[in-house]
Amino acid sequence: MSDYNFAYLDEQTKRMIRRAILKGLAVPGYQVPFASREMPMPYGWGTGGVQVSAAALTPDDTLKVIDQGADDTTNAVSIRKFFEKTAGVATTEETAKASIIQTRHRIPEAELTEDQILVYQVPIPEPLRFLEPRETETRKMHSLQEYGLMHVKLYEDISQHGAIATAYAYPVKVEGRYVMDPSPIPKFDNPKMEMAAIQLFGAGREQRIYAVPPHTQVVSLDFEDYPFEASKADHPCDLCGAEDSYLDEVILDDAGNRMFVCSDTDYCRSRRDAGHTGRLGEEAA
Amino acid sequence: MGQQSDKTAFTGGFSNPPVAAARAFRASMNAMARPSQVQEITGATPPDGVSVAAGSLLLTLCDPETGVYLAPDLDSEALRGWLAFHTGAPIVAAEQADVALGGWQELQPLNRFRIGTAEYPDRSATLIVEMHSLDVPNAVLNGPGVKDTARMQLPEIAAFQTNAALYPLGVDFFFASGSQIAALPRSIQVTVEA
Repeated sequence: MSDYNFAYLDEQTKRMIRRAILKGLAVPGYQVPFASREMPMPYGWGTGGVQVSAAALTPDDTLKVIDQGADDTTNAVSIRKFFEKTAGVATTEETAKASIIQTRHRIPEAELTEDQILVYQVPIPEPLRFLEPRETETRKMHSLQEYGLMHVKLYEDISQHGAIATAYAYPVKVEGRYVMDPSPIPKFDNPKMEMAAIQLFGAGREQRIYAVPPHTQVVSLDFEDYPFEASKADHPCDLCGAEDSYLDEVILDDAGNRMFVCSDTDYCRSRRDAGHTGRLGEEAA
Repeated sequence: MGQQSDKTAFTGGFSNPPVAAARAFRASMNAMARPSQVQEITGATPPDGVSVAAGSLLLTLCDPETGVYLAPDLDSEALRGWLAFHTGAPIVAAEQADVALGGWQELQPLNRFRIGTAEYPDRSATLIVEMHSLDVPNAVLNGPGVKDTARMQLPEIAAFQTNAALYPLGVDFFFASGSQIAALPRSIQVTVEA
């Protein structure tokens, strides 16, 4: 037992968030304003995701929290402990066993099922914000579907770099209507957003919630002659040998040695447990 | 408990509000995210004439910040008293409602309800429609939340086509029967089952 209300937030706050989530699901990709509360953690540490998770959790849930794919970083550990303490829910590091997964900047490698909910922590929910700083204007642009500026930005990428250089927070169009920021996930993850699970996005400081229902069309913006590419480092994982997972590059010494490892720690561990080994797998184990 | 004569404005709320509301919200979220799928929702025992599902939805969604419209077929002193005690939600006219409850005929005409604005399409009504059943499909659904196509029972077809044509504006629907709900957001294209 704890002295907190279930899942920390008071009931009226949860109702307000829940109403925003339902409207978000009804208009996929549209950013619903909500009265974000102060949480016992700083902005930038997932206050939006935490509030959405708190409103969505039930006592029967099993929660998994990842930060850049890892279950064992400070942010993930802290949020997992927060809900263990305030909601008393079971937690796990295994993707398949989780019913709610709160994530910072990754989508797990394992395919999510329709019994799962993915909650994203979002720093800047407005995909047009760096192109147009005024909220009054970006709101008008969304209402008029005036997204030409975003294509100009991608075009400038091509004219300067020869390719679309945007590598994360790559803008998507949801169900042919709203251009949406998928949060700073690598563009490698964008194609996974057409999934069976419910996807909820919470931006605490910016006070926005948005959602993507299961099996919703999510298209990464591109051009006919410069089609979208879900890129990753061109290596297998050095620990588990996976060729298909998103990789982190780790500098090993000052002599230029480096290794590439799965960013999804649960995926990498389950592969190693199943006997897969990469270039440096034995030493690291 | 259980006897209808025992019902008062003060009974029939969630027995453990944080947990009951969390479970009821999960059912409503699954319904809204997966149109056509029927979900079990319980926890509330509203006054006679209102289903357990609709009552549980009202307790999950409503509080002093949400105006509720009650259609004439369900509007009663008993229901007003029950809502006031358990939610504190003000009863308002259809044009101002955030949440509306009633039978399909009594909720007409639908164009009274708020459909949001171009810049804030979320500022729209959510209609809870009391139904006799949810399991006699007469409509085919297409859109976000639906894999390929799905079939669903709707009180009619044309009204939902008109609503979908307003997208991203429009109202969103829950359908309640007994302890079950299904939902139809404005984003869904509806056609008559062949």
